[in-house]
Amino acid sequence: MNAVRKDPPVPSSMIGNALAQIGACGLFLLQILAAIPKSLRHFRETIRQIWFVGAMSLVIIMTCGLFVGMVLGLQLYYVLSIFGGTAALGTVVSLSLYRELGPVVTALLFAGRAGTSITAEIGLMRATDQLSAMEMMAVDPLAYVAAPRFLACIVAMPLLACVFNALGILGAHLIGVTWLGLDNGTFWSNMTSSVDVWKDVINGVWKSTVFGAVIALIAVFQGYTTAPTSEGVAYATTRTVVFSSIVVLALDFVMTAFLM
Amino acid sequence: MTQRRSYQIGTGLFILLGFGALAYLATQTTSIANFRQGDSYLLKARFTNIGQLKLRAPVKLAGVRIGSVESIEVDPAKLDAQVRISIDKRYNNLPDDTSAAIFTSGLLGDQYVGLQPGGSPDMFKDGDEFVLTQSSMQLEDLIGKFLVNGSPQKPADPAAADKPASAPAGADKPASAPPSTTEPKH
Repeated sequence: MNAVRKDPPVPSSMIGNALAQIGACGLFLLQILAAIPKSLRHFRETIRQIWFVGAMSLVIIMTCGLFVGMVLGLQLYYVLSIFGGTAALGTVVSLSLYRELGPVVTALLFAGRAGTSITAEIGLMRATDQLSAMEMMAVDPLAYVAAPRFLACIVAMPLLACVFNALGILGAHLIGVTWLGLDNGTFWSNMTSSVDVWKDVINGVWKSTVFGAVIALIAVFQGYTTAPTSEGVAYATTRTVVFSSIVVLALDFVMTAFLM
Repeated sequence: MTQRRSYQIGTGLFILLGFGALAYLATQTTSIANFRQGDSYLLKARFTNIGQLKLRAPVKLAGVRIGSVESIEVDPAKLDAQVRISIDKRYNNLPDDTSAAIFTSGLLGDQYVGLQPGGSPDMFKDGDEFVLTQSSMQLEDLIGKFLVNGSPQKPADPAAADKPASAPAGADKPASAPPSTTEPKH
């Protein structure tokens, strides 16, 4: 857990280091899961974290959702009009939002907005020995610091993704119907006839829940194991965004292949 | 203390908003919106081929949706497809010689069951079976027939029998035969 990173890494040991990191991350996940029952005693802390990672991310999620929906509406309207299929705009926008763009873009934004701040906060706690101080006061930092953030991300991500999707649909409606003059009834009826609750909406919710867990794990782990220097915290924050983005996109493919 | 309360209220509002968005997506933008299922009754229909008919496909009368496909299964005795259709209770005055056919919406759209009302004075009751059904029209069969026959002419006509043998079949064979002989070699 207290893996000290040597930069620059020696190429021959890089694979070994990567494997050790993945292993340590997996063990850390087990530790967090084991600490969750104890963390329920600090439930107020979990609520405060939901407020911080969820409610405080609403503005960026809503703005981005609206613009993603608007640009989808514009682009797809242009392409569909070539085939005379603009009636399918609502269908295409909603399916692409529910299945892919909603969970993935929200996860990427979430990693940038909430993941980084979690890593920086915990990393600074590590660098200033606050975590050690907690241990000395018989407060388990896994239960008081790590687990509430982990839980908060799992709760917040699917809700944020749903808000993102809803705003995306409204954005596409704004462009397609209000601006480009598509028929309002066609837009909605084509959407409702081809979107399935379980296969599309709920699958997207599952995806975003898993993404939330993955981002939380990476962010907390990077903060927890950071080198206790200001440079170390900076590296850890960067790694959180990079690793989260890669893992989210890779996992998205894997989950899509399984959920289809 | 007041700060803690504002956290909690904010969190509660956020969670409400999130679930509100989920409920909106699930009920207003999906097929659930089309399923305000009230009372309905079941009818049975047999088809020799249902094509791409799917569960919950619409059942339409005069182009208006009046029900949906409830189940599709093969009858082990007669070896044909038995489709159970649930129809809204409001439309309980269908004559019992109404015929059911499987149509495609648009050229390549989804398939649905279209009903053509008859003139019988008796009405369908729950569990009745359609006497007159028409299977789905297979586009590929149509294309195949069109390619082989060229036009709806009698195959006994020697002049017509010659033509497909010389022109379309001659044009077809080089296109279809080489792949079938080369593929096994690869």
